[in-house]
Amino acid sequence: MARLQVSSGLRYASPVLIFLLLGFLAPLVTVVAYSFASPKSFEVFTSFTLANFSAVFDTTNSVWTSFVWSLGLAAVCTVLLAIIAYPIAYGLNHAFGRYASLVSVLFVFPLFVSENVRLYGWVQFFIKNGVVDGVLNSLGWGPAPEVLYSPGITLFGMVYTYLPFMLFPMTLGLSMVPQDLVDAAADLGGGRLMVWREIELPLAMPGILIGMLLTSVLAVGAVAEAKILGGQSVITVVHDIEIAFTYAQDWPLGAALAVLLVLIIGGLTLAVLSRLDLDRVLGRR
Amino acid sequence: MRSQAKIRAEFFVRCWAGFVLLFIYLPIVCSALAGLSKSRYFIFPVRQFSLEWWKRTVASFEVQTLVQNSLTVALLVTFISVVLAFFGALAFARYDWRGRQLYQKLLLLPIFFPQAVLGLALLLWMNALGITPSWRTAVVAHLVWIVPVVTLVIAIQVYSYDAQLEEAAVDLGAGRLFIFKEITLPLLWPGIWSGALFAFLLSWGNFPLSLYTAGADSTVPKWLYSKMVAGYTPMVPALGTMSTLSAAGFLLLGGAVIAFIRRRREK
Repeated sequence: MARLQVSSGLRYASPVLIFLLLGFLAPLVTVVAYSFASPKSFEVFTSFTLANFSAVFDTTNSVWTSFVWSLGLAAVCTVLLAIIAYPIAYGLNHAFGRYASLVSVLFVFPLFVSENVRLYGWVQFFIKNGVVDGVLNSLGWGPAPEVLYSPGITLFGMVYTYLPFMLFPMTLGLSMVPQDLVDAAADLGGGRLMVWREIELPLAMPGILIGMLLTSVLAVGAVAEAKILGGQSVITVVHDIEIAFTYAQDWPLGAALAVLLVLIIGGLTLAVLSRLDLDRVLGRR
Repeated sequence: MRSQAKIRAEFFVRCWAGFVLLFIYLPIVCSALAGLSKSRYFIFPVRQFSLEWWKRTVASFEVQTLVQNSLTVALLVTFISVVLAFFGALAFARYDWRGRQLYQKLLLLPIFFPQAVLGLALLLWMNALGITPSWRTAVVAHLVWIVPVVTLVIAIQVYSYDAQLEEAAVDLGAGRLFIFKEITLPLLWPGIWSGALFAFLLSWGNFPLSLYTAGADSTVPKWLYSKMVAGYTPMVPALGTMSTLSAAGFLLLGGAVIAFIRRRREK
């Protein structure tokens, strides 16, 4: 009897596991199956070919450029966000005092506003006759330079959208650094830079890594920024996938692109997560 | 005793955070201005303010249907995800079991997944199953992404939960259901409420999943996007602002409920 008994953990996990099996793994398997179907067909599970993958890697095709753009933008975005978010994460732990929770809520809230609405607000900020242009014109300095519909503004949009995903894991990471240890190191004569490099940074690293992982993964999958702000001056991987599935009606090619993207994201995620103890990061005592 | 350098660092950090916050809310304010100006196309400085586009938006039958769809989806997602995530979080944080490490990592994968691709993958899967997409399938799609998020939110509360209380109750002869109702649930209420709030707001604002999995049915973010691409009217920023304000309202309401529960528990 005892041998047949399922552990309580597994029993409680099973509804979620079954749901994710049907709602997450099964769709993924379907995508993988489609990526091996003959190009521009819907013959899933009946044909097998590697033509879709070789089309992606064919240098005469321009599809691979979208991978370069997405990965490049994601890398720059992650580095910029790490620099932008670090002082704020520090402030949330040490400088804001009783306002810390209010400041956190102010940073969380935009997550609940559809990203289209926020990005479109930037369009209205930068567009001709918009806020920047209007202000410069009334000062007699106009017209404002054209910044919309360029790769630069796409990057700006990504930095803007993914800030909370860097900030909160980072804040969590910094809160794991015991203040006593920092004080002790300073008392023993460690310089500010040395204490930061030898104590604060390594101890906060799990949180910082999760933040960098989250932002880079989300940024590799970015599409709305490139479409709304970038005006398609940059085609990202996900945009290419969308095009293959909609206008081009080439589901197998779209599926092959999606599989490659998933491999990149999955590899990155597993590489980072396998180094971390989630129980500790999330605050198990 | 605080050094001069530390005070200077704190000043810098405050200014920087204020500056970044300003940036974060700038586009939201621009949108609000565009919805409140009288002209068909946005011109800054606004020449004449009017509530005309707000009134038209509220009166529009199309918009009413959208709001109804979005609300129905968000409410269903909230209810189902909280139930699933409650048990999921206990497995995540409360119990030690053999597959737990793997389970924790599997659960995080949908959060890291690009939502547009997830939506397309679900579309393929539904196509293979012969299901026609509608707002009902959008509920399922939202759940795939939101259940893991809510599980994490509740799990954080579970981590600070003292499992010895349950064991003590067992020793004193309490039944399973009694323990669940009188100990587990009340102690985890703040986490459950936060999870529900997250679920509702994330579903309410979600665009990429709805785009591919709602079929012919539209939600508020989906409609806004289609009008941004073609057929802009000031109803777009007006509805966007209303949607933002209602999200803020829900957040305040939810926050008040959570604060109330916390305070009552401390008594």
